[in-house]
Amino acid sequence: MTKILKNSNWFNIVVPMIAVLLGLLVGAIIMLLTGYNPILAYQSILESVFLQPYYTGETIRAIIPLILTGLAVAFAFRTGLFNIGVEGQLLVGWFSAVAVSIMFSGLPKLILLPLAILVSALAGGLWGFIPGLLKARLKVHEVIITIMMNYVALYTTNYLIKHFLYAEGEKTPNIPESASLASTLLSNISQGSRLHWGIIVALLAAVFVWFLLWRTTKGYELRAVGYNPHASRYAGMNVNNNIVLSMVISGALAGVAGSMEGLGTYQYMMINSTFIGIGFNGIAVALLGMNTSIGVIIGATLFAILQTGSITMQSTAGVPTEIVSIIIAVIIFFIGSSYIIRWCLLRLTKGGK
Amino acid sequence: MSFVIEMRNIRKEFPGVVANDNITLQVEKGEIHALLGENGAGKSTLMNVLFGLYQPDKGEIYVKGKKVHISDPNVANELGIGMVHQHFMLIDKFTVAENIILGSEPTKYGQLNLKEAIKVVQGLSDKYNLDVNPMEKVENISVGMQQRVEILKTLYRGSDILIFDEPTAVLTPQEIKELMNIMKTLVQEGKSIILITHKLKEIMEVCHRCTVIRLGKSIDTVHISEATPDQLATMMVGRKVDIKVNDQAYDPKETVLDIRGLKVLDSRKVSTVDGLDLKVHGHEIVGIAGVDGNGQTELVEAIAGLRKIKEGSISLNGQDVTNKRTRKITEAGLGYIPEDRHKHGLVLDFSVRENIVLQTYYKNPYSKAGILNNKKITKKAKELIKEYDVRTPSELTLARSLSGGNQQKAIIAREIDRSPELLIAAQPTRGLDVGAIEFIHGKLLAERNKGKAVLLVSFELDEILNLSDRIAVIYEGKIIDIVNAKETNENELGLLMAGHRKAVKEG
Repeated sequence: MTKILKNSNWFNIVVPMIAVLLGLLVGAIIMLLTGYNPILAYQSILESVFLQPYYTGETIRAIIPLILTGLAVAFAFRTGLFNIGVEGQLLVGWFSAVAVSIMFSGLPKLILLPLAILVSALAGGLWGFIPGLLKARLKVHEVIITIMMNYVALYTTNYLIKHFLYAEGEKTPNIPESASLASTLLSNISQGSRLHWGIIVALLAAVFVWFLLWRTTKGYELRAVGYNPHASRYAGMNVNNNIVLSMVISGALAGVAGSMEGLGTYQYMMINSTFIGIGFNGIAVALLGMNTSIGVIIGATLFAILQTGSITMQSTAGVPTEIVSIIIAVIIFFIGSSYIIRWCLLRLTKGGK
Repeated sequence: MSFVIEMRNIRKEFPGVVANDNITLQVEKGEIHALLGENGAGKSTLMNVLFGLYQPDKGEIYVKGKKVHISDPNVANELGIGMVHQHFMLIDKFTVAENIILGSEPTKYGQLNLKEAIKVVQGLSDKYNLDVNPMEKVENISVGMQQRVEILKTLYRGSDILIFDEPTAVLTPQEIKELMNIMKTLVQEGKSIILITHKLKEIMEVCHRCTVIRLGKSIDTVHISEATPDQLATMMVGRKVDIKVNDQAYDPKETVLDIRGLKVLDSRKVSTVDGLDLKVHGHEIVGIAGVDGNGQTELVEAIAGLRKIKEGSISLNGQDVTNKRTRKITEAGLGYIPEDRHKHGLVLDFSVRENIVLQTYYKNPYSKAGILNNKKITKKAKELIKEYDVRTPSELTLARSLSGGNQQKAIIAREIDRSPELLIAAQPTRGLDVGAIEFIHGKLLAERNKGKAVLLVSFELDEILNLSDRIAVIYEGKIIDIVNAKETNENELGLLMAGHRKAVKEG
């Protein structure tokens, strides 16, 4: 028994690693079949991300929202809920942060910046509250509602920008400096990348999620309700309130991810003709990170490297950036079918004995 | 002499455990052969070897005198070995006949021949007195009936050696009786049966011979006619089993639980508890006896605040707890060992440590200002694991990987440690082996002797009779009589449980 337990911990680390390797391997095979040089391609990704400060900065910049959306999905997972609505929660968070910054541009930075981030959390939280409430009270499945809420978020934010906050170039006006996370210092050391202070917010959020889940009574309750709502009810917990709270916290994390884009990367919000995908990538990041804080950070880093590196991969090795989408998809596929990897590993270890 | 099944010197090892160590099992044609052992003794492993799910590391298997290699369950099926699983493998939305033929459907010109299937199933049902309607959907039939469908599945595939894996764990006493008769019919018709169980009563009733397994080794094979239940229990556990009996003088203290005119609706809006009155005092165990479905579950859930009370009142320790929140009631002094330990008693994916504080995590010293104190929680968990003899590799092990008996011990440790004035134990020993039952009965009696009130709900009349001071018989949602445990017997209780109140009083 103890051996199996030890194994399962070990599996939690090894399985995602194998999935990533298999993903890269499949990517390489596709490159070979389509006449590209996979070694050159991967080399160019690594060289740009690790040796060229601009790409390093852009990679870290891309990590920020991925950590937050990854945490949002992981948090909901841990409490037994599947939050597909991270994308929409991110969009409303993004819009709210930008709108608040512009509306209260007279406030000093010390107040305005935290306020803008807080409002983005509230907006994302509200977007999570609705499916949470419907799930708790009426047993409506959260997956359906969150998917629908994504569209509501996309078109509502577009409408609001068009009619209330429109500026040249299909976007909102830029936010005032007093609400910005951008940093000339960070930009300078990374040779002009859009890297901003949001990385600190993202890392703090990772610590916050870990602490909340594993060190507080609330986290204990949320996990208990996620694993077994019946036993939790028998133990006197309020199952419905916990479901709603879990969705609110998950949505708030996604909302903050949006504010990172609005206050940090772009300094505005554009009208999006379609989803931007950071929210959906959060699902993959959470899966890859096995729903742990540290795993989410690592997963977000990997995805950011692949995405940023794909640009140089195209310019240096001539490989289309879509290859990276395929690699990411294959990684997710292997994580999803981790059962197969487990089974193979068990076979191998048995054979070795 | 040749045997239908002979497993010689079977050894099966798992990493770190020898599950089967040189076990020999010989089953004669036309007998019911019991395989007796505590949970975790290696019974299931041995049967999985026979059924082809595991390959033995050593040893040989002979079926009807021929040496065989059973590489997978299909081979076992071809050899005429059929398994009636403890957890049924049926499709709810399919009819009985559709379930039975699944996997080897009769066809006509390549089309499913359902008429033929129904005829064959009906024929088998009649031959073995199974009384199953092939047209009925599985979701509409009782648990006992579903088990017969499982039996029919093996018969349909032509099995003549049937393995029953703990078949009575899910059945009511009435259904158990019927199953025993079915098994007798089966062997009369020339089938052979291996019955995996740890219930001595069943073995004494139907089995011819019994092989006892303990800690992966076969202890002995005995003829039931020459053995006593005590001997079997001793062989199984490895020491003399001490049957705990409530033999102290009845000396009730003040009222702890006072239920008046209680009315509770079930999910179909039927009053399953219908004007029930009951008092439980300190220093007494009140047993609730009754046939399943007479309102026991709803009564207990109403007391615990898990089900809405329509009429009437419940007071606990002098506090009115009618329709209060579960946590309020728990804090007023209720300890509750729920009937379904997996669904209601434990969070299976939590560690033992986390389960130990499932009721108290929010209280000092386990947490302060909302922050958990893991050191204190670990300390408490280690204490209770030791005190209640919960066999687990460590307090960090998931509750899921503990055996049923140890899971129940963990629940009991958690509930009793809070020292509640009223302890409700609902089917506290269902599915457990003799050793665990002995332990749990001892703990319940100890609570009573400490002056606490205990409400025991059980379908096992022996358990009710041995432990209770008073026995309240529940029938159609009412307590129809309360008898002194020392002045009653199974017959009287049986009549009361069937609702024959007058007959008992007059006769």
